[in-house]
Amino acid sequence: MKVPALTKPPSRSAAPKRTERPFTTISGVPIEPLYGPEQLTDFDPDRDLGAPGQFPYTRGIHETMYRGKLWTMRQFSGFATPEETNLRYQYLLQQGQTGLSVAFDLPTLMGYDADHAMSEGEVGKCGVAISSLEDMETLFCGIPLGDVSVSMTINSPASVVWAMYLAVAEKQGVDWNSLSGTLQNDILKEYIAQKEYIFPPRPSMRLVTDTIEFGTRRTPKFNPLSISGYHIREAGSTAVQELAFTLRDGIEYVEWALERGLNVDEFAPRLSFFFNAHNDFFEEIAKYRAARKIWADTMRNRFGAKNERSLKLRFHAQTAGCSLTCQQPYNNIVRTTLQAMAAVLGGCQSLHTNSLDEAYALPSEHAVTIALRTQQVIAHESGVTAAPDPFGGSYFLERLTLDTEAAARGYICRIDEMGGMIPAIEKNFPQREIANASYEYQRAVERKEKVIVGVNAFQSDHEQPIEILQIGDRTQLHQSKKLAGLRATRDNGRVRASLGALKRAAEGTDNTMPFILDAVRAYATLGEICDALREVFGSYQETSLV
Amino acid sequence: MRVPIRVLVAKPGLDGHDRGAKIIARALRDAGMEVIYTGLRQTPEMIVNAALQEDVQVIGLSILSGAHNAIVPRVMELLHEKDMDDVKVIVGGIIPDEDAAALKKKGVAAVFQPGASLEQIVDFVRATVPA
Repeated sequence: MKVPALTKPPSRSAAPKRTERPFTTISGVPIEPLYGPEQLTDFDPDRDLGAPGQFPYTRGIHETMYRGKLWTMRQFSGFATPEETNLRYQYLLQQGQTGLSVAFDLPTLMGYDADHAMSEGEVGKCGVAISSLEDMETLFCGIPLGDVSVSMTINSPASVVWAMYLAVAEKQGVDWNSLSGTLQNDILKEYIAQKEYIFPPRPSMRLVTDTIEFGTRRTPKFNPLSISGYHIREAGSTAVQELAFTLRDGIEYVEWALERGLNVDEFAPRLSFFFNAHNDFFEEIAKYRAARKIWADTMRNRFGAKNERSLKLRFHAQTAGCSLTCQQPYNNIVRTTLQAMAAVLGGCQSLHTNSLDEAYALPSEHAVTIALRTQQVIAHESGVTAAPDPFGGSYFLERLTLDTEAAARGYICRIDEMGGMIPAIEKNFPQREIANASYEYQRAVERKEKVIVGVNAFQSDHEQPIEILQIGDRTQLHQSKKLAGLRATRDNGRVRASLGALKRAAEGTDNTMPFILDAVRAYATLGEICDALREVFGSYQETSLV
Repeated sequence: MRVPIRVLVAKPGLDGHDRGAKIIARALRDAGMEVIYTGLRQTPEMIVNAALQEDVQVIGLSILSGAHNAIVPRVMELLHEKDMDDVKVIVGGIIPDEDAAALKKKGVAAVFQPGASLEQIVDFVRATVPA
């Protein structure tokens, strides 16, 4: 691409200026008054852009992008009992959703059964409650796992819940070779941001590597690891921190898998990413473009990947939950639309759009339908899907992309110098960077340098309450009763034997997945399996800092 | 010189989303208070024991998971059992209006819902603790 010369704009000193706040992105990056060719003297279109579908994939991983295939519309969903969530899934599939994404409740994410003391008050509140293979059979009842791709956000107990999913597929008679979906199995970002960890970092990394190895051999169409920046951003990071910490986490997983003896081109094509789609429209598009470029370069030049598919960064995006407001909740539909638009213009492979009521609770059916319709309007009415990377070549966007890339590479180098992500986490480096950024942002909001419509500006006194999904405490009772029944009727000798074998495997170096599968098939519960692993690996406690 | 107000910021339940708790802790500290942050996954018993040992005047609970109706009343009971009714409890997080009203009836001094400003929270703590 040749950059055409612009006629020099007239002196801007006389032009009106807004002075109530500095012009920066939401992450605090200063924005110049105007972007033209003089801001792109270091920009080389052949090196920095390439064509869509060509290295370094800045413009997207496919030549035709959405002309060939739209992104997967995948709404993250799960609440209360497996029976209730199953009905929601059937509804979403009938409405034209093209993949499922399971949200689990906090006890499940923390490896506790629904009847554990720590689960009190939390069962079914933030997602669906799953304690055993029996619950998983109910969750996917009537849903053909060979045809519907399933993403699971599960992290610490990922290998256990994935084993339950694989066991349900066996019971449905579905060949594992035809299973497709993604495991959000990125434990590093838990220590960094979301804090739903069970075991210490090194044994957790071993479990993740076990799933990568097992998946590479046994489930060729399933993505065993989605490397996630979403939660880093929700914890208050900047766009650059989200990008840099996520890619550096990715590097860590690749290094562990190579150490295990896998060939990079065997597993790298099945790695995928998950990014936030936040408010700042151009900053977000730049972030996705820089992500593809850095990853392609890293895989080729740092790890020597040869397969083109290993170089292509595929990503899921979710609009920013933390940007939603309780005040004037219908404004959230507008925020979500703009954020989703940035994800699409940034070339996402799948997308979740938040519902207008999610600042309050998990979404109602009405709200989640509007959120899905938002994606359908973007896909079929807006026209933005007709040309790949339609903003490519914009002076502003290319400058932002180059700067985002350089800043992210700076962080990646610093973490390399610390010896990798685990030492960096142990030093609290990413945690502290994020906490500082989130505090700075909050202070900018308090000073009204950052405007949040309906919250610190344009407030209204007369707000109509909206319908909110209520999850009662009967879920815990219902799930606990089912568990008591299961424990009374299963073959408890088989359960004990399988848990003993799992512990011995965990103490050694065998891949734990086959042992976890045996325990799951014997109807050992999630809590029992995680307890067996806790006995071997210990539990993690972070040093809390403010 | 005035003795600084002592505040325990606590994160009960299983939820790990500590962005809000950490921001509040920092804002109260920047406002001159002595802040103790418990870290994650505290039971009501652990929180009340920490409040006793640290001799705080205020406990701030951050709850985003919907478990507030199980956790907060238990904290209030334990404070009462230990003759610590003078400790003010404030709650922040995703708390629906009707739950906020019910918690206040159980003795919670204030509930700060999404969108509350740091200034409001700092001012409330200053006003509610006798000098």
